[in-house]
Amino acid sequence: MTSRGHPNRLGIRGWVGGGRWGFERYLYTLHRLTGLGLLGYFAMHIFVTSARALGPESWEQAMGVVSGPLFRIGEYLVFAAFAFHAVNGIRLALIELGFAVGPPIEPVYPYATSVGRQRRLARAVVMIAAVVALWGGLDFFVLQ
Amino acid sequence: MADTSPRQVTFHVRRYEPGVDREPHWEDHRIDVLPGMTVLDGLWKVKELSAPSLAWRSSCRMGICGSCGMLINGRPRLACNTQIAELASDVVAVGPLPNFGIIKDLVPDLRPMFEMHRDLMPYLIRDDAQEQDDPTGEYWQTPHELEHYLQFSYCIKCGCCMAACPTVATDPQYAGPMPLGQAHRYNSDTRDAGFGQRREVLSGGSGPWRCHFAGECSQVCPKGVDPAKAIQLMKRELVSDLLRLRRRRPPAALAEEPHGTRREDIVPAPPRTATEA
Amino acid sequence: MRDRTLWTWHIGAGVVILVLLGLHMAIMHLDATLGIFGTEGAEPVEWESVVTRAQSLFFTVTYVLLLGAALYHGFYGLRNILLELNPGAGLRRTINVGLSLAGLALFAFGTWAALAAPGAATMAGG
Repeated sequence: MTSRGHPNRLGIRGWVGGGRWGFERYLYTLHRLTGLGLLGYFAMHIFVTSARALGPESWEQAMGVVSGPLFRIGEYLVFAAFAFHAVNGIRLALIELGFAVGPPIEPVYPYATSVGRQRRLARAVVMIAAVVALWGGLDFFVLQ
Repeated sequence: MADTSPRQVTFHVRRYEPGVDREPHWEDHRIDVLPGMTVLDGLWKVKELSAPSLAWRSSCRMGICGSCGMLINGRPRLACNTQIAELASDVVAVGPLPNFGIIKDLVPDLRPMFEMHRDLMPYLIRDDAQEQDDPTGEYWQTPHELEHYLQFSYCIKCGCCMAACPTVATDPQYAGPMPLGQAHRYNSDTRDAGFGQRREVLSGGSGPWRCHFAGECSQVCPKGVDPAKAIQLMKRELVSDLLRLRRRRPPAALAEEPHGTRREDIVPAPPRTATEA
Repeated sequence: MRDRTLWTWHIGAGVVILVLLGLHMAIMHLDATLGIFGTEGAEPVEWESVVTRAQSLFFTVTYVLLLGAALYHGFYGLRNILLELNPGAGLRRTINVGLSLAGLALFAFGTWAALAAPGAATMAGG
C-alpha cells in the first residue's frame, strides 16, 4: 500500500527527528540505541561467562580478556545504558498500557495532550537514570 | 498602536512538476505580508504574483476541512491555521507533508492513509442490520459515555500526525496514528459492536504494536485529538482482551417512543422523500 | 493475533528483567556500596564467588529465567526495528525465523553453561 507520486518518506532520518521535535522523540531514539547496545553486549556476555562451565582456568582466561581499561569503560557504558533503558522502560510500560496518559478530555486550545501529561514522568525518568548511572560510576571508577 | 505596515517575507517553497522534474527543488518568492496573514494567505499571494503554477490543497481556510496540511518550517501544520507572524522568521519554508508521495508541488498522495482508515472500519458496526438500513429511532448514550470518544471524533483527517510519526517514516505497513486513533474512536463508542472485527486487523503487524510513544502525533495535531493517547488506551483494551479481562457490554439500546404519553398537538412529520434506490 | 501476544510477552519479560537484571547489576556492579548476597568477601567476578553462585539453586534458576526473558525481550525489540525498515516479504520471513532460531540457540547454550557449572566446580577439586 505505497503512496504514489514522487517518494517522500523520511526513512531512518524520521527516527532521529529534526531538532524541532519534542523531548519524547529523543527518549524514543535513545531507548532504541541503548536496547541495541545492550543486546549486542548480552550476546557476547553469554559466550564470555559460559567459560565458567569449563573450570577455573577457562574462567580466569576469559576474565583476563575482558579486564583491560577499555573493557572497564565499556562495561560502565553498558551499566549506564541499562540504567536508562530500564527506567525509561518502566515509563513506556506505564504509558503503553494506558496508565500515564490521562482520560479522554474535551480538547480546548491550548491543548493538554497525553504528552504533556506524562512530561513530569519523563523528566523523573531522566533524573533517576542519571542518579543510578552516577551511583554505578562511583562503584566502577572511584571505590575500586 | 500596532505596526501594520507590510514587511517582506521569503516563501521558500518546494516545487515538483511530475513528468518534468526528476527531483523536487526549492524556489524562493518574496512577498509583502501584513499582520494577521496566514501561511495559506501567503501562498495565494505567491501564486498570484510570482508562481501561477504552484499547486496545493486548501478549502475552508478555517481549520476544519483538513485539506491544507503541509510541512511549514520543519513541522507539519495546517497552512490556514498558521500565522506567518507566529513563525517568527523572515523565511517561511513550505513543503509537502512527508511520508506521503508527492503528486505535485505541495500536494501529497494521501490514499494509503485513507485505505488503512477504511481497513479499520471507521463506522458503527452492529448486529441489527434492519435497523441500520431503515432506522426507526435513536440510540441511547449518556454524556459520560460520549466523553469516552468525543475527543477522538474531532479528527479532520489532515495527515499531520502521519507526517510526524517516526514509525510511519520507515514502515508503510504501519496503519499510523490517524487510522488507529479512529479505530479506537469507534471501539469506545457505546453504540458500536465492532470490536471483534477490528481486533482482527489490530492484532497484526499494522496494529498499534509499532507505536513506541514518540508523542509527535499529538504534538502536531491541529485539533487536539491526541491520537497518541487513543493508541495507548487501545493497546490497553487489546491486552485486556487477550488476558480475558475486558468487560463486554451490549451496544447502546434503541430509544423507543414512550407509550401512552403522546401529545396530541404535535404536527405530524412530512412524508418521506428518500425512497429505496 | 500474533503481534498482540508477542508484545504482551515483551512487556512481561521486561518486568522480569527489571527485577532480575537489576539484582544482577546490583550484585556485580554495586558491590562496593551495597555488598548484598555475600559479596562482602571475594570480588563477584572471582572464581570463588562464581562457584558459590553456581552451587546455589536460587542463582541457577534465576540465571536461566533472566536468560530466557532477556533473549526474548531483546530479540523482539530487534525484530521490531528490522521490520520497521520495511523489508520485502521473503526477508520478513527470514528475519522472523532467523531471530527465533538464534534466540533459541543462545538460550540452549546459555542454559547448558548455567547447569554445567556446578559439575565443573566439583571437578576442579573445590
